[in-house]
Formats: sequence, C-alpha cells, structure tokens
Amino acid sequence: MTKTRAAGRTVGGLRTLSLQAPAVTLLLLWMIVPLAMTVWFSLQRYNLLMPEMTGFAGLENYRYLFTDPALWTAMGNTLLLVGSVLAITVVGGTLLAVLFQQEFPGRGVARVLAISPFFVMPTVSALVWKNMMMHPSNGVLSWLAESFGLPAVDWFSSLPLTSIIIIVSWQWLPFALLILLTAIQSLDDDQVEAARMDGAGPVAIFFFITLPHLKRAISVVIMIEMIFLLTIFAEIFVTTSGGPGLATTNLAFLIYIQALLDFDVGMASAGGVVAVILANIVAIFLVRMVAKNLES
Amino acid sequence: MATLQLDRVTKSFGDTHVIQGVDLEVDDKEFVVFVGPSGCGKSTLLRMIAGLESATSGDILIDGQRMNDIGPADRGLAMVFQSYALYPHMTVEDNMGFSLRLAGVDKPARREKVREAARILQLEPLLDRKPKALSGGQRQRVAIGRAIVRNPGIFLFDEPLSNLDAALRVQMRIELARLHEELDATMIYVTHDQIEAMTMADKIVVLQGGVVEQVGSPMELYHHPCNRFVAGFIGSPKMNFLPVQVVEADADGVGVRLPGGDVTRVPVAGEKLSPGTPLELGIRPEHLVLDEAQGPLSGEIQVLERLGGQTSLYVRMDDAMVTLMADGDIAHCVHDTVRFGFESHRAHLFDAEGLALPSLEKHPLAGLRRQDNRVASDANGA
Ligand SMILES: Nc1ncnc2c1ncn2[C@@H]1O[C@H](COP(=O)(O)OP(=O)(O)O)[C@@H](O)[C@H]1O
Ligand SMILES: [Mg+2]
Repeated sequence: MTKTRAAGRTVGGLRTLSLQAPAVTLLLLWMIVPLAMTVWFSLQRYNLLMPEMTGFAGLENYRYLFTDPALWTAMGNTLLLVGSVLAITVVGGTLLAVLFQQEFPGRGVARVLAISPFFVMPTVSALVWKNMMMHPSNGVLSWLAESFGLPAVDWFSSLPLTSIIIIVSWQWLPFALLILLTAIQSLDDDQVEAARMDGAGPVAIFFFITLPHLKRAISVVIMIEMIFLLTIFAEIFVTTSGGPGLATTNLAFLIYIQALLDFDVGMASAGGVVAVILANIVAIFLVRMVAKNLES
Repeated sequence: MATLQLDRVTKSFGDTHVIQGVDLEVDDKEFVVFVGPSGCGKSTLLRMIAGLESATSGDILIDGQRMNDIGPADRGLAMVFQSYALYPHMTVEDNMGFSLRLAGVDKPARREKVREAARILQLEPLLDRKPKALSGGQRQRVAIGRAIVRNPGIFLFDEPLSNLDAALRVQMRIELARLHEELDATMIYVTHDQIEAMTMADKIVVLQGGVVEQVGSPMELYHHPCNRFVAGFIGSPKMNFLPVQVVEADADGVGVRLPGGDVTRVPVAGEKLSPGTPLELGIRPEHLVLDEAQGPLSGEIQVLERLGGQTSLYVRMDDAMVTLMADGDIAHCVHDTVRFGFESHRAHLFDAEGLALPSLEKHPLAGLRRQDNRVASDANGA
C-alpha cells in the first residue's frame, strides 16, 4: 500500500511538475537571469569609459568596493534611513490608528486625508517637499520658523539625511496607518470592555490589549516597508542627489552613481550583489520573526 | 454581599428608546435572570448595571449607593461576556489575574487567588495555556474564573452559555447553580432561553421592547403569567391560545364558551365582564389531555412527533392550531381526529389588551424560591 501511494506520488509529482513548469521557468528567467548577469558583471572589468579594459577581474571589483569608504557610508546611511523611517512610521502609525479609531465628527474624511499621501508619486512628493515645504526662502517650514522669530533652516544642506527621513516617513506613515487601522478595527470590543471592567484605563488598554493585538500587523508593516525602504531612490535623486558629499547616499544611490555617473558597470554590479546579500540577511531575520509571530 | 436597585432607568440611542423605565430590586445573594426575545434590551440593561453604558435617566444603586457616575471597575461587579472576551495573548493564569495585576497586587498573592479560583472551576491543569488552546467549555470557565478572582459583590452574565453545545450547556447550567451556592454572591444572568431562566433563577425578569413585563419566581411566572406575552414566552412548548366568549361571570369564576360550543368555568376574577365579551383562553400543551369520550375540543392531527416518553401532537381545530403533549404510548396516527379537554383551573383568560384575569387561588408552588428547593432536598436527604 505504501508502495502504491509512493508510486502514485511520483506520477502525481511528475504531472504537477509539468503544470508548475511554466511558472517556475518564468520566475527563473525573471529572477535568476538578471541576478546571474549581475554576479557575472561584478566579476568583470567593465567600465564604459574604458572600453579597451575588459576581461575577468576576479574579486577585484569587490576588493575595490569594500575598501571604498563610500560603501560603508552608504550602508550606514541606508540602515539609518530604514531604521528611522520604520521607527517613525510604526510608532506614529500605531498612535494615529488608535486616534482614528475613536469616534469624532468627520472621522471618515480625516481618515481619507491621512491616508492620501501614500497615493502621491515619490518624485512628486519629494518635489513638493523640496520646493514648497523645506525651501530655505519660500518654504512653509521656513515661513513658520520666521513667524516664530527663529532663523530659517536650510534643510537639505544642514540636515540632509533628516530631511530625507522626514519626506520618506511622510510617504510611508499612511501605509502603516492603513494597515494598522484595519487591524485595530478587528479588535473585539468585548475584550476592551472586559479590560475596562478589570480596571484598565486607556493607557493600560493600549499596552495590554491594543498593542498585543497589533503585533502581527506591525510585523507585516515592518517587513513590507523594509523591502521598499532599502531601495529608496527617487526622493534622494530629486532632492539632494546623495549629497552634500555622501551625506544622503544610500546603497541604491551609490550603485546609481557608480554605474551611471562613473560608468563603472563592474563596480555597480558588485554593489548590487552586496545590496542583495544585505537585503537577504535582513529578510531572513524578518521572515523568521514574522513567521514566529504568525504562528503564535 | 450586594444588593441592586434600578429606579426608573431608561436608555436611548438617539431616537431609539431601548430601555423605557425599568424599576427593579435585586436582593443579596439572589440569582436574577433577565429573559426576553432577542433585541428587547437585556444586554443594554446589563451593560448599564456594569457601567459600560451610561443610563439616559434614572438611578442605579448598588448597596444603596448611587453608581451612575462611577466607572465599571469601581462598582464591585464582574461580568462574563457572551464571547468570553478572553485576552488571546495571555495565558489562562494571566487572564484570570489581569485585574489583580492592574490593581497592583504582587505576584505571589495574585498566584494564590488565581489558583483558588482555578480550583473551584477545575482549571488547574490549564493555567499555562493560551485561550486558543482551550475548548469552548474551558474558555467559558476561564471567563467565569476571571470574574471570580475579582471577588465581586455581583456577577453579571450576558448569555454565557449560548456558544456552547446542548450537552455542555446543561452541564454548565448545573455548574453555575453550584457556583452560586458556593460563592454566595448576587448573580444577574441574561438569556433569551426560557429554560435557562426557569432552571436557574430565583427571580425572573421578563423583558419585552425595553419594558419589564413581569417579575417573579419561575413557578409564579409559569402558573400566573400576568399577560399574554409572558404566558407565551415562559414554558415550552408554547401555551395555546383559543378564542372564547364570556357566557356568565360571578365571584367564583368566569364561564366561557369554547370553540366547540361547550361551556367551561375558569376560576379567575372577572365578575364585571358582561356576557358576550370576547376573551382569549390560554392553556399549556402539557395541560391538554386526550379524552375521546367527552373532550370538549376536537381537531385533526396534522403532525405527530414521538419523543419516546412523550408525544407532541399538532392539532388543527376550526380556527386555531393547538399543541398537545400526550403520553408516549398513544397509538394515534396523522390525520386522526382527536377529542381533548383540560382541567379548568389550568386555563388562563386574557382580555382584549392581553392582560390576564387574576386567578382566584394562588398555585401552591408560586411562591417557591430555588433556595426552598434546596432546603427541601436537604431535608429529604437527611
Ligand atoms: N450602541 C447602540 N446604538 C444603537 N442601538 C443600539 C445600540 N446597542 C443596542 N442597540 C439597540 O438596542 C436594542 C436592544 O439591544 P440589546 O440590549 O443588545 O438586546 P438583547 O441583548 O436583548 O438582544 C436593539 O434593538 C439594538 O439594535
Ligand atoms: Mg444581547
């Protein structure tokens, strides 16, 4: 009996494999080919400005990359950017979700308004922030500062990374809010009332009931945001172009600089591979964490 | 330990008047059941007592103190929710000890109280589990345990058994009755199930449309319902109603003409009724008896349900359907015509407004309370 079943499985396996084949093939082409090409280029001497320099470079590009202080700066910037935006959006999103869960007049409109920044293109929102909010002479923020008698801040030159963090957080806060608001709506009213009867005030309810309920949604927000935040590009390109110096250059922007400004495809590919590895390390931890969360 | 008074309590949500002036006295250690059809305001009333809902007007007094402006945690109450409302991320022990933790009780003391409640409810082996790993009945116990740990003066239950299967419901019903005795606390219990009300209550409060229809002991409501609604709601299967006409009325009762033409005298007060007045006669299925020889009523059996010990007959009369509980061994078939009757003191009469004409004599069990049952059985046992 075991035999027949095993045999049956083989046949079934073959049959299902043939059904899976198109999808698997497409995925392979889509993913493995570019990845393989990137790895291949990263092992080549390949600079568009020096077409005569070709051939296998071995780990030359990587050696170069890892000894380049720009890589470490970019990596630091990436982590700082991702970490800060995550912290701001998760904390802010949770608090806003709790706020928007309360009954107040105009709640529906307020919710839509709060979520709308997410639908603005990154380039557009970066331009708006650059030219209308943070502009040193005619931005809203400097007008505000002046009306309080404070000196205007030249955001992008004196606080470049902070400015980027603010812009990106503004874009991603609505996403966190959207997910967490949906999650908070599934919180059982009876549970909150039971807690009230047990003597819990608003703060205790938040920490003992709401937050544990949101744990899963928060880990989902963190994972999804992380994937997108690791590759932030448009906001930097539009506002600071990675500068001043390397102050706002993250990994994605560094690769761009090397491939398209320095025309060094080999180096850029090596940077790409490093970025992939970094993303995978992060993803492994995250997936573990989320999986554990989803289990419990 | 705690008494409760409601004084003309009302509740409106906008224009909907959900509770329309409820007066109620609950004595210490009494088991009171609010019963009524779905949507009649039972939960709302209970939630107002709990402090989860504010009263629109009227006073809520616990131990004589006005509680309207006091928060739910400080009223000395504990509530068991229909959905159990356990905290899913906490273990059973933490669930039960949550109120103590918030109150700042230290861990060893908390543990001791939780263990004590767990012992009463036989929950000890489950203390480390999360609610998800419990069966419905076990969750129910944890919810009750959480209430016990707070050592409240009054327990509030909102349809606590409605998510359990029939067998478990019977078991928990018995357990709750036992708990009531063991904890010596006042309990207020909401249900739409009149059987739960009949079996557990010292005092039943029948609600309909936000109005208290009648308050009384189970036997009082069964034998002396004050109106047609209570008569139909209490008792299962439902009471039958037949249109009748007054023939004569004096101090000894009211004679009415039954649908078949026979006249029967019902011992109720209705001296002033003039002959010809239309009334409704209520008679419970279990009080109708088959009487082939001289039963005043007759009809054709439409449906016949054999339960073994008993048989329910659904009989079509000229202008009414009646239900009749008969012996399990009767040999009748569907479409047989049967004759049946009743003892006249079992009948109830209702006037055009649906109000019952008061009985001339009280049923001997009408004043019986559940405690008296216990005393009686203790005496028997001794
Ligand atoms: N928050 C609320 N807002 C408006 N109407 C409500 C609210 N809560 C309950 N009601 C209404 O009050 C009535 C009684 O509800 P409830 O007390 O839950 O009934 P029961 O528990 O007896 O089934 C229902 O008609 C319900 O629609
Ligand atoms: Mg209800």
